[in-house]
Amino acid sequence: MSYKVTEEGNVSTVFLNGEIDMDVTEKAKEVILPIVESGKEVHLNLKDVSYMDSSGISVLIESHQKALENNTKVIVKEVSKSVLKVIMMAKLEQILNLE
Amino acid sequence: MNIEESKDFLVSTASLKDVRTFSREVFEKINLPQDQKDELVLAIAEAAQNIVKHAYKDVAETSDRMEIRISLKDSDLEIGFFDKGKAVIPENIKHRKLDDIKPGGLGTFFIKQIMDAAVFKKDQKEWVNHLVLTKKI
Repeated sequence: MSYKVTEEGNVSTVFLNGEIDMDVTEKAKEVILPIVESGKEVHLNLKDVSYMDSSGISVLIESHQKALENNTKVIVKEVSKSVLKVIMMAKLEQILNLE
Repeated sequence: MNIEESKDFLVSTASLKDVRTFSREVFEKINLPQDQKDELVLAIAEAAQNIVKHAYKDVAETSDRMEIRISLKDSDLEIGFFDKGKAVIPENIKHRKLDDIKPGGLGTFFIKQIMDAAVFKKDQKEWVNHLVLTKKI
């Protein structure tokens, strides 16, 4: 997994790339959670994420919940078809902010 | 088409990518819709992850290997997982309730959603755990 972060005003966009499994979830959390904790709105762009397992879904849930605690939000954007399928399998499409 | 292939992997999160690569290579030989292949790869990866996460819980590093066997006879797909970690107590395996939104606990749910059956067998003396996932394809 690789990533890129861009900032515009109070919005940070995290572009994740590659496959997200248990081996890289700590790295993903190290990137995403401090931004959420700073109170910024985070856009997670998943268009280049080709695979995500339950560990990756846990990162999305944790980020979403951390955002609620910090009165901000995480918006999951441009979800690839394969990742959307896993999100829907977990019945999280109504819970996560998907755009 | 009948297939039987197996491969062993170091028990480590770093092996999960190799597990997926192996699974994809096997399923490339089978005429199935890509969506179904992706689901099967996810189920296999989740089961392998469970070995690392649960059978080797609190084990920082190991040289142990786990083996995955994929076999297809006619339309019966069987995937075997073998490891030498802590013995799994099948009755203790539960996925979280889906409306209890929290990180974790989804891997077993995904496996159950994708496969027809997941059974732990006690038929292998050289291994501690033997999980068998089956699906009619």
